[in-house]
Amino acid sequence: MEKIIDKIEKKETGGDIRSGLLEKIADLHGTPQGAYNIRENGKAAARQNTDEITIETKEDKPGINIIIKSGTKNKSVHIPVIITKTGITEMVYNDFIIGDNCDVLIVAGCGIHNSGDEASAHDGVHHLEVGKNSKVRYIEKHYGEGGGSGERIMNPEMTAHVGENSTLDIESVQIGGIDSTNRKTVITADEGAEVVIAERIMSDGHQNVVSDTEIVLNGRDSKARINSRSVAKGESTQLFYPRLIGNTDCFGHVQCDSIIMDNAKIRSIPEICANSVDARLIHEAAIGKIAGDQILKLMTLGLTAEEAEEKILSGLLK
Amino acid sequence: MLRLTDVTFSVPSNESGTERNFILNKISLDIEDGRYIVVTGPNGGGKTTLAKAIMGIVKPESGKIILDGLDITNLGVTERSEAGISYGFQQPPRFKGMTVRDLLSIAANKKLKKEECCKYLTKVGLCAEEYLNREVDTSLSGGEVKRIEIATVLARGSKVMIFDEPEAGIDLWSFHRLTKTFREIHETTGCTLIIISHQERIISQADEVLLIADGKLEKRGRPEEILPSIDAVFEKPCLANE
Repeated sequence: MEKIIDKIEKKETGGDIRSGLLEKIADLHGTPQGAYNIRENGKAAARQNTDEITIETKEDKPGINIIIKSGTKNKSVHIPVIITKTGITEMVYNDFIIGDNCDVLIVAGCGIHNSGDEASAHDGVHHLEVGKNSKVRYIEKHYGEGGGSGERIMNPEMTAHVGENSTLDIESVQIGGIDSTNRKTVITADEGAEVVIAERIMSDGHQNVVSDTEIVLNGRDSKARINSRSVAKGESTQLFYPRLIGNTDCFGHVQCDSIIMDNAKIRSIPEICANSVDARLIHEAAIGKIAGDQILKLMTLGLTAEEAEEKILSGLLK
Repeated sequence: MLRLTDVTFSVPSNESGTERNFILNKISLDIEDGRYIVVTGPNGGGKTTLAKAIMGIVKPESGKIILDGLDITNLGVTERSEAGISYGFQQPPRFKGMTVRDLLSIAANKKLKKEECCKYLTKVGLCAEEYLNREVDTSLSGGEVKRIEIATVLARGSKVMIFDEPEAGIDLWSFHRLTKTFREIHETTGCTLIIISHQERIISQADEVLLIADGKLEKRGRPEEILPSIDAVFEKPCLANE
């Protein structure tokens, strides 16, 4: 089978940039297994449906519907977006309809290579409708590169409804190079549902990150965990506003840990809101620089101070 | 051989810095290869500073430190680690996000297999199955972090291993395992063990005991020679009370 990346690369030059971005945001080295839809510079570049997973283009606005049949097990769908031209700004609406009794992996993510002077922006608006007794793992990586003065901007929005006894496990990673991000997430959980969000963010230079997350626990025995870890370097700023709302007998834990460096600024405002006497909610938040004894310990194991710092940061963001 | 000559370290004892408090006061000693040395003495006597000076964490203001003929006095911590010295902290730091396996692999300078990690963790009384993928963060107790710290030094496998109060925070059962581990290391490897300890059990299995008090090497000798004199050092009258 012809490799999907080869297929895209044949269309224009600059294949190294594309394959580099696809590798960074979706770990794609070749044709993904299962269903996929690759969007490049505002257009669909490649798509594959399977018996269980159907991807269709929206007719009323830019974006796709991803429909996963009930009973789909151990399958994946990749929907990476790459922008390699300067000056492209787009708003894309993707809806995921996931049936009952599924066990699926969704790999989203966006990579921007901007070597021009105009801003390039991708604003993805995603909605996930998860049925009953399903298990969904959703990985979203954002990455920017390119030497131009044009900004690389991503403003992802996600809403999700997690059905009875289903699990939605989200890994959200911004691995660098995005100048401005304002991410909004709102998730509601039904009875017995579980939502886990692991957020990893690194900012540098004059980058600006805002992360606003709300999980509403509506169902009995629903659970939520938000684990946000970040590193802010240079002059960058980060604002975290994770909120857990417990409306019934439920459990929630929100934890934010940040390492602050150079002249960066971080605001971390975890919020828990109990609207029921049976809601058990916990929040923790910590911001601090790398401790000197951490560096020293790793130096006693043979690392240089720079290598030790790198290990500590990569450990936190793992 | 590890040789210290007139190693001195002081801190200001008044605001202007004209008066000094000597934490290490011209300490000179030779430690032959493969020896099991216990450093003991009263709190504040200079034991930890001496260990840190050997590791390069504390820089003496005068004196020399020579390891196997190499003058390491002006080498940094990383270079001393590469030269063959390792150090188990009395109060080890925690690392959010870094697993026990990560830390052991950094120490060994290679990605360790499960069974290799198991070997080191068993020596400190921890079950690899339970701990290997746990983060070295606040979810671990002080005693657990301490034992992982000791395991990192074992994984490093240096020719000079320094442990600063390894017994602190460790329960009786784990402590028993630990003393056995130190004895095994001594008997089966050629490394030099330098252990700062107040525990008679550790002191009694040493080749030699160094008694450090008031920044000076008060006495050195076989455990049976030093143990009886420890009381005398600890029972020195307090001048402030006179």
